[in-house]
Amino acid sequence: MKKLIRPGVRSPARRRFIVGSAAAAGGGLALGFHLPFGEAFAQPRTSAGAEINAWVVIQPDDTCIIRIARSEMGQGTRTGLAQLVAEELECDWKKVATDSITPGQNLARKRAWGEMGTGGSRGIRTSQDYVRRGGAAARMMLLQAAADQWKVPVDELTVSNGVIEHAASKRRTTYGKVAAAAAKVAPPDPKAIKLKDPKTWTIAGKPLNRLDTADKLNGSKVFAIDVKLPGMLCAAIKSSPVFGGTLASYDEAKITGRPGVKRVLKVNDNTIAVVADTFWHAKTALDALPIEWNEGEGAAQTSATIADRLQEGLTATATNGGRRNGDALAAIDKAAKKVEAVYSTPFLAHATMEPMNCTARITADRAEAWVATQNSEAALAALSEASGLPLEKCEIYRHDLGGGFGRRGGAQDYVRQAAAIAKQMPGVPVKMIWTREEDMSHDFYRPISQCRMVAGLDESGALVGLHVRVSGQSINAFSNPAGVVDGKDMRQLQGYYEEAGDAQLGYTVPNLLIEYAMRNSHVPVGAWRGVNTNQNAVYMECFIDEAARAAGRDPLDFRRALMSKHPKHLAVLNAAAEKAGWGTPLPAGVHRGIAQFMGYGSYSAAVAEVSVDAQGKLEVHRMVLALNCGHAVNPAQIAAQVEGSVAYGLSATYYGECTVANGRIVEQNFDTYPILRLAEMPKVETVIVPTHDFWGGVGEPTICVVAPSVLNAVHAATGKPVRSLPLKNVKLV
Amino acid sequence: MVKLNVNNKVYTVEAEPDTPLLWVIREQVGLTGTKYGCGVAQCGACSVHFNGQVARSCSIPLGSVKPTDRIVTIEGLSATSSNPVQRAWAEVDVPQCGYCQSGQIMAAAALLRKTPNPTDQEIDEAMTNICRCGTYQRIRTAVHAAATLAQASATQKSKA
Repeated sequence: MKKLIRPGVRSPARRRFIVGSAAAAGGGLALGFHLPFGEAFAQPRTSAGAEINAWVVIQPDDTCIIRIARSEMGQGTRTGLAQLVAEELECDWKKVATDSITPGQNLARKRAWGEMGTGGSRGIRTSQDYVRRGGAAARMMLLQAAADQWKVPVDELTVSNGVIEHAASKRRTTYGKVAAAAAKVAPPDPKAIKLKDPKTWTIAGKPLNRLDTADKLNGSKVFAIDVKLPGMLCAAIKSSPVFGGTLASYDEAKITGRPGVKRVLKVNDNTIAVVADTFWHAKTALDALPIEWNEGEGAAQTSATIADRLQEGLTATATNGGRRNGDALAAIDKAAKKVEAVYSTPFLAHATMEPMNCTARITADRAEAWVATQNSEAALAALSEASGLPLEKCEIYRHDLGGGFGRRGGAQDYVRQAAAIAKQMPGVPVKMIWTREEDMSHDFYRPISQCRMVAGLDESGALVGLHVRVSGQSINAFSNPAGVVDGKDMRQLQGYYEEAGDAQLGYTVPNLLIEYAMRNSHVPVGAWRGVNTNQNAVYMECFIDEAARAAGRDPLDFRRALMSKHPKHLAVLNAAAEKAGWGTPLPAGVHRGIAQFMGYGSYSAAVAEVSVDAQGKLEVHRMVLALNCGHAVNPAQIAAQVEGSVAYGLSATYYGECTVANGRIVEQNFDTYPILRLAEMPKVETVIVPTHDFWGGVGEPTICVVAPSVLNAVHAATGKPVRSLPLKNVKLV
Repeated sequence: MVKLNVNNKVYTVEAEPDTPLLWVIREQVGLTGTKYGCGVAQCGACSVHFNGQVARSCSIPLGSVKPTDRIVTIEGLSATSSNPVQRAWAEVDVPQCGYCQSGQIMAAAALLRKTPNPTDQEIDEAMTNICRCGTYQRIRTAVHAAATLAQASATQKSKA
């Protein structure tokens, strides 16, 4: 336990938040306050009650409010974290509600809730220890309060479902009844806190329904885009269509007198905003506003110039990091058979369903923002920076995200923009909403890359040498230059690491050379669900299939032969193969493909079953995915994440591509950036094979095996490899 | 000034005739369960029932809406989330982020009104809204579950 907060200390700011935001939201359920389904349509409650510690508040009616620091974007972390706390708390799950703390509260209480950032599939795995300890400490305090009241030794008490019993004297009480006294009990010595053996879990580890479904079914959930505040205005913005371009001039006179328009504002050097009474008025006025841009050097860039640069990186002498063992080049040179292939993957947009938006209100001594963010503390910092007010005078009111996938992570560009607008209109709340077109053309895209793979096989068909050269854009170079050390950027080689634990390559190759050549463009890049495991798994897993084919071996057997030193990778591969019935007969025209990879501390494998008809139309019929994430906190929500990763991964495989012309992104909306629809969704079967000896991620690990398993099945179906994504550009027959 | 019938209530709104119904519902009527996703009738996040048919409200200009047209939004589908589609969605635990789900639920409810017991193929054809979280598999399950729930309540009613 990091630090237990003294009981009874409650931030007045927090109370203001709950009350204020409920009013702001038009009296609907308060932001971030969720009731378990079944009580869904009860009156909203306040979170008044006894604060046992930072994580647990208990109300007289036995409702246990569990505080959540991480962001909820659909991935189910709210429910999973609540299960972990409730497990140790020994409360009644039916009486659990959750509440989301704000970064201002976290700051005021010296980060009592730890890190709030929610990315890299870390939400549960990096907070499980201290949230469980928080639940356990609260349980100990509640029991102590009962023992004090009854004047009996605490170890004579038992507790189940929030009911405390003293068998000898046949007395019982409930958490709600002793909560006020427990709040005054000294927190236990952290060393005295003993966590349960996960094998004995009764709430965690169970496939429970989510806690936050009810208000998603009737329109009452208030997303950031739905925020309403008294006197609020709306803003539409336009940033330079060419990345790196700046605003040259605009002709405000052309839109004066348009209905509802209040102001035309320069947001920053490359962005302009129209503020109006409604978003529709702001958007249509902005569309009518003549704007000149200094497009800058980026305007000369196209997909072709960027691809050329990457291609050069495939054979360049200088590289930016990698790993080696043995002498791969010599081994390949001497090998009986040589296999070679070049692959490529495009820029991709996140395309969250809720476009970027943020509402801000700034006065001389207070800055507030209502926003969906994967990193509330980064949002607070962005608001502070943009408003010029110290962190203590800023607050972020968190809204659950209408999709994140990495887009709403570190950059917080939309918070900065909203703050820059609101700063110019002191005291007026302004809701800035991006159009879908703005969202598609100003993303932090999944980086483009290419990869040249060369393998050497001996006479028996064994892989004796492998040379991997990745050439592509670096996320660190764009957003985190400190991550590039001595010109080396290992992040772009995610999934190829030698080190165990996070994103280790599952194969042992006697002679291996893996290299990265950094080739950046002017296009902003960032983390996209699964980040670099996506591209790297396509390269490795499709090429391993090509090598197996050249060796005349079954792709599963060929992999197994390379994996004896990686038993966890192998076990997951075997689990997927077994569930899918690898090697068993399939209906005529249906073919299988397999892939395995590791990322975010978890092991994944997939088997795809596909058919390709005479016209080249691909159909994915069934996908089996196996996952070892160590501990499985909620198997039902893990399955939901796996299913979601198939949809997101298949959408990218079929359609995903942002192209560049005249320095700008061509695809502006879903008509040119198609998304997978229900009719194209295969049957997904999830096999969770937890080994209970580590804590791995869930939201991202499985997406990277989707594309390669499908592409390998397509290869099996057509006899031709696919080496360039997306498939919409490829003639399969 | 235009009169609109939304969820069986008549609203008088003031907006230009080219304003999409979506933004009138969100900004003038003040019902925000209907979502903006694309503005070009691609994603279906803005789906409402328009005279009983599912329609993408981002592409219906206010000027084309008559006071007699009946518009139903997610808020008007049922008073207590008791529509079989909403009940099935809860049972199957469909939503992830939830942003597209108003539209998905409205599309499913319209499908079941026309086709009380849809086949997988009929679901494929009717359920064309985009979900980025990838809840499609559970949506399919929930549409079937909703059909069963609706038939069960119809049977109960006819017995009563």
